Amino acid sequence: MYTEKVMEHFKNPRNMGEIPDADGVGTVGNPVCGDLMTIYIKVKDNRLEDIKFKTFGCGSAIATSSMITELAKGKTLGEALKITRANVADSLGGLPPVKMHCSNLAADALHAAIEDYYKKHKDEQGKG
Amino acid sequence: MDHVAGKPVDPRVTEAMLPYMKSFYGNPSSLHTFGQEARQALEEARTKVAELINAERKESIIFTSGATESNNLAIKGVANRNKDLGTRIITSSIEHMSVVNPYKFLTTKGFEAVFLPVNKYGFLSLENLEKELTEKTVLVSIVYANGEIGTIEPIKEISKIVHSKNAYLHVDATAAAGQVPIDVKNEGIDLLTVSSNDMYGPRGTGALYIKDGIRIEPLVHGGGQERGLRSGTENLPSIVAFGKAAEIAKKEMQAESERLVKLRDKFIQGLLKPIPYSFLNGHPTKRLPDNVSVRYSFIEGESMLLSLDMMGVAASSGSACTAKTLEPSHVLLAIGLKHEEAHGSLMFTLGRQNTEEEVECVTSLMPGIVKRLRAISPLTPKELNQ
Repeated sequence: MYTEKVMEHFKNPRNMGEIPDADGVGTVGNPVCGDLMTIYIKVKDNRLEDIKFKTFGCGSAIATSSMITELAKGKTLGEALKITRANVADSLGGLPPVKMHCSNLAADALHAAIEDYYKKHKDEQGKG
Repeated sequence: MDHVAGKPVDPRVTEAMLPYMKSFYGNPSSLHTFGQEARQALEEARTKVAELINAERKESIIFTSGATESNNLAIKGVANRNKDLGTRIITSSIEHMSVVNPYKFLTTKGFEAVFLPVNKYGFLSLENLEKELTEKTVLVSIVYANGEIGTIEPIKEISKIVHSKNAYLHVDATAAAGQVPIDVKNEGIDLLTVSSNDMYGPRGTGALYIKDGIRIEPLVHGGGQERGLRSGTENLPSIVAFGKAAEIAKKEMQAESERLVKLRDKFIQGLLKPIPYSFLNGHPTKRLPDNVSVRYSFIEGESMLLSLDMMGVAASSGSACTAKTLEPSHVLLAIGLKHEEAHGSLMFTLGRQNTEEEVECVTSLMPGIVKRLRAISPLTPKELNQ
């Protein structure tokens, strides 16, 4: 059902965990639907200096979360915002069709984290 | 340990089946010797299935292509043939899809279908049954024991209530037959579904018991085999094998169920005790000997199945992620679980080959699997990850 690459990321997820002093946090999904992802980012000079994830969900939910952290780490915020769900699925060698929608939320979680960063950043500028 | 999905055919069953694939190819409807040999084998198999459920006579057994067909034949057959007696049909909310969907289908044909709730153990509410059972009710279909949670329903009490309003009682015994003793006469069952594969016979064969005097309409019309209720030349090798499987199940039931109950309870203890936030689905004692259904909070079923599969263990889950529909199991929702609880369910079904060593092996793997997935999950309370 899953590609070797998916299973490899499921077995050894990269960048799993939390960043306590994250600059941005994005959560998407809902435990009721069976998938919930949180992405934490640390930003330095407009680049993703660090990124971590936590995921409740099936094998592909965990693998896509792991993959997006690999794809995004070190990228500029602009580049990271261009990473799509399809990029994540392709990098994993494809996902079963039924999982393309429900368990491929990682790109959305990353974008939400970056938006969260922008929002906070703007607030800080406003205050200053 | 996923026997509910499919069981291996018992080698003794294969042995009994082989001559009917190699040499005895007669058609039971033929008058000549070859045909009559086939007829005799067919009737012997019928007797063995009848004996397993204590049917009054072998002619009460109709062979079908499996439990799905038997359930369809019973439900549509009784409802359509007896429409003049009433158009209300009742069932429970923890039935197999081969009961749920014929009920839904019949609502498009002028029938009124009622799906009764169950309590947290999966027992049908008898009060509700009494309340919903009207003079217009023609059929009540209840599972003997649900294969996902293992809960064994009080069929005898249900039968008394159903018959007090002169409705017919169909019982789907697919998961139960061959595991626990069933007595259609004593328990007051009018129609009963049994499946060959669920008792270590080949797939594609099942039977429907129909009590004397009950009129039903066939699904398949043709040459009039099986008393006109299931036309088509009988699948003799599989039916002979089914008969053998029923004979073995009857003979070995008591010893095997005692062995499985011990193994099951040890397994349940081993899966729950060492792991916090873990729960049993279904009733602790009134459950099928082979059924082990548990759930773990904060993690999802498919990721547990994948983890077990990597270690060579086969199980199943009520999680949406393992289903075609993307909805968690309707059975787990019916016993009152929240969606996220149903997603975290894990089910093992034990079989004749499973040993104590295997159970110990799985229970030793489980804490590590749960701990790893909980470390990944954002829902896990902080103290569990320390």
